[in-house]
Amino acid sequence: MASFNLYSRGDRIFGYANATLIGLFVLSTLYPFIYILSVSISSGAAVTSGQVVLLPKDLTLAAYEFVLSDRLFWIAYGNTFIYTFGGTAVSLAIMIPGAYALSRARLRGRKILNMMVAFTLWFNAGMIPFFLNMRDLGLLDSRLGIIIGFACNAFNVILLRNFFEAVPKSFEEAAKMDGASEFQLLWKVFIPLSKPAIITVALFCIVSRWNSYFWAMVLLRGEEKIPLQLYLKRIIVDLTANDEFASSLLTSRYSFETVTAAIMIASIIPVLLIYPSIQKYFNKGITLGGVKE
Amino acid sequence: MIAGYFKRLGEDLRKDWQLYLLILPMLLWFMLFLYKPMEGLQIAFKDFSPFRGIAGSPWVGLENFRTLLGDQIFIRAFLNTITISGLGLIFAFPVPIVLAIMFNELQSELGRRFSQTIVYLPHFISVVIVAGIVINLLSPTTGVVNLILSSLGLERVYFLTQPEWFRTVFIGSNIWKEAGFESIVYLAAIAGISPTLYESARVDGASRWQMMWRITLPCILPTIIIMLIIRIGNLVEVGFEYIILLYQPATYRTADVVSTYVYRTGLQGTQYDLATAAGLFNAVIAFALVFAANRISRKVSTTSLW
Repeated sequence: MASFNLYSRGDRIFGYANATLIGLFVLSTLYPFIYILSVSISSGAAVTSGQVVLLPKDLTLAAYEFVLSDRLFWIAYGNTFIYTFGGTAVSLAIMIPGAYALSRARLRGRKILNMMVAFTLWFNAGMIPFFLNMRDLGLLDSRLGIIIGFACNAFNVILLRNFFEAVPKSFEEAAKMDGASEFQLLWKVFIPLSKPAIITVALFCIVSRWNSYFWAMVLLRGEEKIPLQLYLKRIIVDLTANDEFASSLLTSRYSFETVTAAIMIASIIPVLLIYPSIQKYFNKGITLGGVKE
Repeated sequence: MIAGYFKRLGEDLRKDWQLYLLILPMLLWFMLFLYKPMEGLQIAFKDFSPFRGIAGSPWVGLENFRTLLGDQIFIRAFLNTITISGLGLIFAFPVPIVLAIMFNELQSELGRRFSQTIVYLPHFISVVIVAGIVINLLSPTTGVVNLILSSLGLERVYFLTQPEWFRTVFIGSNIWKEAGFESIVYLAAIAGISPTLYESARVDGASRWQMMWRITLPCILPTIIIMLIIRIGNLVEVGFEYIILLYQPATYRTADVVSTYVYRTGLQGTQYDLATAAGLFNAVIAFALVFAANRISRKVSTTSLW
């Protein structure tokens, strides 16, 4: 584009106005995060008396001490790690070989199988039949149920399949000449060549696993198995309505608000840590994965 | 001839057995977790009792659907679903388009990258945290919004207990969470516009404002139409996992949607048959809408969803 100086006065005003508006949008995106962070490191008394609006007041880590000394917090955190990484590993172990097979023209019934996968993008049995099915399979209140029951989804399978289909034929032919088996072909040729797509899918899985709470809430009974988001949900949503509990937490050092804010920050931090790699890959992944038959 | 077919099938299976072994786990998974549950859809047409099981429960035809259509609460939930989606279409849908155009007009590459990084972030935050933030910000005693209201001498409002505020809160916080991320699609479309269009417009003395309206917007119109069609196809789907976190009996009047109705009657209560019927009712409408949307998009443009 032409250099900046060539712009007329009107254009420059337009540019400033535009930059200002974007700045405002960025600030309003950031503000809730800063607010929660400030609440989490302020004293309970300052928050309850409405003194914290942007910056923290009476700096203290009391809320974090309270949260980190809660046994259930650590159990929930550990469970989330198991569900996130165990679940993602299982997802990849099932979807990569499956998507690879679907991408091969010599697979018989390929068209029907592809349709079977794509159909689930638009229609599924729904909440109750899925729940009853999990019950029939004996997967209620089970860690295995959470890990296995949500392992695949059509979108990710199609994304991987499209990527495998785009691998040039010459790679496959060369490997076949060397007498590679189907397993070796997948492991030594297709997986290394499809790293960006696989990492994208892995990141999708990790983020959605880390953030999900609904089915854990429906399927799990015992406290020992709940993931972090469900622990958060029980404290933030269910207990906000419960004034008695909220006021029982109220001391001058921490309050219900500072404690919930501290848990939220603790749960956001891992997402922030992998966010740079998500940024790097998701643009690629999304442009690659346009869902098409 | 049939014998020949099976012979060839057998040969292929023997030759490519590894390929079939690779797809087996995924095939089993789809059967077990997505197709087998469809058997359970029968109970929408049955008087289901968990003790008699699916097969043992008697058929009742469309009885459950008749009950639903006579149920004020279900009708309300259905209308709420469409209202919330419709309002989202009006207020939330344009935001990512505007954002993408604004990002594109930003001169500083660094500023653009920084602001994009920030506005994509909320998409990756869980709905539980978003609900937590909303509850905190709107708290009647310590929430910032009410602190501002009271410092202006206005009455404090307990937003989350007021039915008339629910849609605003829901759609507003959804814009905060998703608008930035959704702008990616439009930015990709803008990136595909040929720079020569802008160059010749500049030679003709066009201002940036004019180029935005006469080049950028028309060029991304096909993308906008496709996204609009997808949205209309999803008219009966709302983010119920988020609604469950924000609503309470006091706000059911505007907040209860079909999925939350299914959750309450089926999973919190145990009226499995009625809840399944409600879910199926919604799913069939959703499927028909998506199907129709795809037909339309195939006519409007050469692109279709499948």
